[in-house]
Amino acid sequence: MASVDAALISRVVERFGKDPQRLMDIVREVHGELGHVSEDAVDSIAGVLGIHRVQVADMASFYSFFDREPGARYTVRLSNCVVDKMNGMQEVAAAFEKAVGVRFGQTTPDGQIGLRYTSCTGMCDQAPAALINGLVVTGIKPADVPAIVEALKREHGKVGGSVLFPNAEVQLNLRQAGPVVLGPFENGSAIRKSLALSPEQVIDEINKSKLRGRGGAGFPTGMKWSFCRKAKGRHFLICNADEGEPGTFKDRLLLTEAADLLFEGMTVAGYALGAVEGLLYLRAEYAYLWPRLEQVLSRRRRHGLLGQNIAGREGFDFDIRIQMGAGAYVCGEESALIESLEGKRGAPRDRPPYPVQRGYKLEPTSVNNVETLCCAARIMEKGADWFVKHGTRDSTGTKLLSVSGDCKHPGVYEVEYGITVDKLLQLVGGEDAQAVQVGGPSGACLAPKDYGRKISFEDMPTGGSIIVFGPKRDLLKHVLDFTEFFAEESCGWCAPCRVGTTLMKMKLEKILDGRGTASDLEELKQLGTTVKMMSRCGLGQSAANPVLTTLQNLPELYRKRITAKDFIPHFDITAAFSEQAAVTGRKFVDHEEAHA
Amino acid sequence: MSGQTVKITIDGSVVEAREGLTILQAAGEAGIYIPHLCYHKDLLPGGHCRVCTVKVNGKPINACTMVVGGGMVIENDTAELNDLRKSIIEMLFVEGNHICPGCEKSGNCELQALAYRFGMMSPRYPYLFPAKQVDGSHPNVYIDRNRCILCGRCVRSSQEKDHKRVFGFEDRGIQMRLAVDSERQLAETDLAAADKAASYCPTGSLVVKRVGWKMPVGTRKYDKEPIGSDIAGRRK
Repeated sequence: MASVDAALISRVVERFGKDPQRLMDIVREVHGELGHVSEDAVDSIAGVLGIHRVQVADMASFYSFFDREPGARYTVRLSNCVVDKMNGMQEVAAAFEKAVGVRFGQTTPDGQIGLRYTSCTGMCDQAPAALINGLVVTGIKPADVPAIVEALKREHGKVGGSVLFPNAEVQLNLRQAGPVVLGPFENGSAIRKSLALSPEQVIDEINKSKLRGRGGAGFPTGMKWSFCRKAKGRHFLICNADEGEPGTFKDRLLLTEAADLLFEGMTVAGYALGAVEGLLYLRAEYAYLWPRLEQVLSRRRRHGLLGQNIAGREGFDFDIRIQMGAGAYVCGEESALIESLEGKRGAPRDRPPYPVQRGYKLEPTSVNNVETLCCAARIMEKGADWFVKHGTRDSTGTKLLSVSGDCKHPGVYEVEYGITVDKLLQLVGGEDAQAVQVGGPSGACLAPKDYGRKISFEDMPTGGSIIVFGPKRDLLKHVLDFTEFFAEESCGWCAPCRVGTTLMKMKLEKILDGRGTASDLEELKQLGTTVKMMSRCGLGQSAANPVLTTLQNLPELYRKRITAKDFIPHFDITAAFSEQAAVTGRKFVDHEEAHA
Repeated sequence: MSGQTVKITIDGSVVEAREGLTILQAAGEAGIYIPHLCYHKDLLPGGHCRVCTVKVNGKPINACTMVVGGGMVIENDTAELNDLRKSIIEMLFVEGNHICPGCEKSGNCELQALAYRFGMMSPRYPYLFPAKQVDGSHPNVYIDRNRCILCGRCVRSSQEKDHKRVFGFEDRGIQMRLAVDSERQLAETDLAAADKAASYCPTGSLVVKRVGWKMPVGTRKYDKEPIGSDIAGRRK
């Protein structure tokens, strides 16, 4: 290895205090400088940190934004989310391949441009979108591609250098601001009101508000904080800003428009938990927001709203560090997120123990969603009694929904809990939907007969992703897309999810290919049930939902696609021998037909 | 571990379980076999295979990591759970390239033994026929990744028993594979012939050389009695 690289690595590792738990940052920085994480770099990082190379390689190979081979100077990561595909992503991909001259997965011979696919980038309201060295490019049309590629060909700056493209802009797309999360807010008001109470009283107030986690699972926030506070040890507060559920982008809006509210909520949580350190785990796709978020943090420190003796309270110290992710959907699962924060592969943990007992660094940790923490700040500002006036009895407050797909007005909506799917479709201009995916692929696919259902914890809970499928869509194709997504994002730790997601994908491909039989549908259901029942974490347990909920709610979709034959093998012998047949010039004879 | 016990119910039988034990351990002490694969009694649980999944008060729970609690009502030997377990075993068979008749672990292989126990004739799923690496570089031990089920026993035993880190994982999802602590192959690691890590592999993936055929096929551990018989034999 060149000594200059060794010196660089040494410098980076030193800067992160030679702490193996900061391996994410170390590898990220080295990757940024060298363009990939070479075998030599792995050795060198391990050497300086005093850990084994296999630990570094394990972690670095896990995340999709870390290249192990020399990458391109500019990497175009085109989002291949269902919604991107619905908006013409395949045509855009073809335009890129034509303009660049290589296929997706490849890099130009001069190392200038590489084309890659990536999972949902959180831009479904302005799809198709791509990340080019971290720069977000949205609403791409095939006609835009030549200009983008020309600009990339001309540039010879270092990786991460700035190039200006058309469409290099993220639209806010806030369609409806509600009174709770996105109402006017005065900085410091929630902190001051909290400091007038004891930490226990703050938790009582949150309990009284009946606030439940906004990530989808809906665990009562006050209860989580209470468990965490009561557990002995050094307490941590983590904000989960790793929204990766396809079709979700509401945290993008909050991080852009309501960063102060979020940090205020984190500070209130820090006070309630007795934590001195808060961590914001930011998904790699949102790296463009990082500098702005750091600015907000600095300003809050200057204004005495972060750091030591916050808001003049002697001994109330709390600060926030931003941790960048590196491209792994599973890290939105709280225990996987913690593993990632500790510099490891994002493999979820078996629970119990829960993070509130043994979380980050095995200390009591509360992991909360961005929106949950924003709500917590508002509750402390305006009181639980005000908060419970919104929503339903068991689902208090409002919910931010990320709406995309076949509707007139995609974007973020703050709605009261209890809104029906019907009403929502009217609001967004998607009345003719043949189906609605509520909660993203890990949620449920609803048919028109279910549109009377209410968005709420008691009926149809959701993290907020709403994907509308218009009447002309081939829904089964999108079920396959979702299933491919889970196969791509499975961490691999447990067998049922690792293998089962790939097998479900194969089964769906067979059915879409017109080779499915009634027994294939039975097997698909059985396979989905195994993945759902036996997997280790929320990802695996919900990976079969696209399949299982469509089998249940829209069975005719499948019945239309299967053949009347009793059995067709997966293995297609004609296809397998097609090359030999072509070389020998002999035709394949169907034995059954020949003897019929 | 305290000397206290709690009462749990497994398939209708009341069991006195020592506090702090996992469901799998407590069941084992009572002579109740919960099928398992990545778990090994000498090692910390890994939670990879999920074969030991039971239902606790109706919910699927991993028995090798869940600690017993008083009043737990546990389902274990049910037709539903056994078919789900069999389904995982079948997934592992199609994920790798397991050619039992030519494998020197045959008869001592826990994957094969579980397949027999669950009555697997052939996997219900299509084979993936992946291309896997074989590493014969080390003088005493070889790795055949065709037979690796990513149970992590070698990873854990190298750390816990040998106080090394010879093994690890790389990549994710269906691409995930067993890695070694060197740039290329096993011979370049500090794995020693005496290391315990080589002896914990449940399949024929990590194999000590030159001993495999010492015991004739037909006289091996699971040729004589089904896997789990030793545990079930403890039942009073």
